[in-house]
Amino acid sequence: MTTEYKKPLPYINNETKTYWDGARSHELLLRRCRACGQYHFYPRDFCPACFSFDVEWVNASGRGTVYSVTICHLPAAGFKDLVPYNLVLVELEEGPRMMSNIVDCPNEDIKIGLPVEVTFDDVTPEVTLPKFRPVSA
Amino acid sequence: MGSLTRKAAIVGVGLSDLGHTPDKTFLQLIAQATQRALDDAGLKKSDIDGLFSAGWITMESIMVAEYLGIQPTYSDNTLPGGSAFEFHVEHAVAAISAGLCETALICYAETPLSDRKRRITRSFTTGNPHETEEQFEIPYGQWVPIPTYALAAQRHMYQYGTTSEQLAEIAVAARKWASLNHLASMRDPLTVKDVLRSPMLSTPLRLLDCCLVSDGGGAVIITSAERAKNLRKRPVWVLGTGEAHTHRSISGMPDLTVSPAKISGARAFSMAGVSPSDIDVLQLYDSFTITVLLQLEDLGFCAKGEGGPFVESGRLAPGGATPANTGGGGLSCLHTGMFGIFLLIEGASQLWGECGNRQVANTKLVLCNGVGGNLASSGTVILGVE
Repeated sequence: MTTEYKKPLPYINNETKTYWDGARSHELLLRRCRACGQYHFYPRDFCPACFSFDVEWVNASGRGTVYSVTICHLPAAGFKDLVPYNLVLVELEEGPRMMSNIVDCPNEDIKIGLPVEVTFDDVTPEVTLPKFRPVSA
Repeated sequence: MGSLTRKAAIVGVGLSDLGHTPDKTFLQLIAQATQRALDDAGLKKSDIDGLFSAGWITMESIMVAEYLGIQPTYSDNTLPGGSAFEFHVEHAVAAISAGLCETALICYAETPLSDRKRRITRSFTTGNPHETEEQFEIPYGQWVPIPTYALAAQRHMYQYGTTSEQLAEIAVAARKWASLNHLASMRDPLTVKDVLRSPMLSTPLRLLDCCLVSDGGGAVIITSAERAKNLRKRPVWVLGTGEAHTHRSISGMPDLTVSPAKISGARAFSMAGVSPSDIDVLQLYDSFTITVLLQLEDLGFCAKGEGGPFVESGRLAPGGATPANTGGGGLSCLHTGMFGIFLLIEGASQLWGECGNRQVANTKLVLCNGVGGNLASSGTVILGVE
């Protein structure tokens, strides 16, 4: 497999490595505060709500709903081949929102409120992007 | 909380050459605007002891000061995006009120239109690995600002039934004002249908829902109450100010239908002791049609969710009940990247009655509101001549 992936890849650092390792293992990991119980995204070493540094990694349910969606006709750098492509904010069951793409669904069927579940796109041997697809009926 | 009301006033404004200035650098435009603002105020460069500037070059204010030949003893490079200059007004009045400086220059220019040919680009995201959007948004095809504002527009439509026709009304009103302004880039008549027929860029935002890309700059001079009373022009008093930012990335925005104008606006109205119904003319940041709609709601000119019906029937246009963006705004006059300085200049000009064909009669109170980043920051300035 030598096809080169030419789209931007995440810059992974010490604070977020566990998240991206989880994605490679096809698990969506979230940070949860042991002090106040709040989940947050993107992952930090502390809770942005109560500022406790006692935070744990937990497996997210992987379920959520589409909070907003736009179909991009003008592409970001590296995305010209996908135009028109979707960009969504998913509101996870646990509360936080994250940006992603919806797969296995025509763009015109992506509506706000659509129930979705996580799926994993292994874009390179090192990087897996969590994406979402409609919950199968 | 201490009040800054009537502690300082705008006493001069200046615009550089505007639109397309391929023969000028942004520094040349800053010098031009500054000279015109000083002439407007009847002040000299040596009177400036406070410098407020914002731009995309590292330590830009230091460079601007050297270029202009100013050695300020109060300096502020606050950069929350296009609202920077409304933030600067609050900071300048605070500094003047505290006695840290007496006469402040707020200045800025950018030349994104000409820079396209010069192969100079800038972007909100820089490829710096420490930027969280690089890690969690850019890999999905995010870019700023059209898709991120489109996500906010889509959510507003979903929650409140706002329509593309209603958003288009905002662009049409801006064009009507622009047709009265000889400095505006886009002055041909525009209809709601024209907006709806323009190319889709990022649903639901079409080309004509988006601001222009232009070259240009501006400068604003603010001085103490005492000094303002003895200058050429009638003081334009800073009656109320407020600033806030609530997030950076669009995925971090607490509610995609509520901008930080809700916070900055409440603070400014409280300081000024006035309410939305007292305001004669609005200058609202119009990077996109949706930006205006959110500010109208968040500043309290209509209830949350009612921005769509509110802007129908030309309410913001010449002759409408709520005249807004009387120079044609970023949608039809010009947009250099950070439009906030032009809101202040047009606002003060309306209060001085200098706006010719587009002058709104009996303007006594003007509200200027800047918005920056991904609906991330908001700065509100309420100005008055009485």
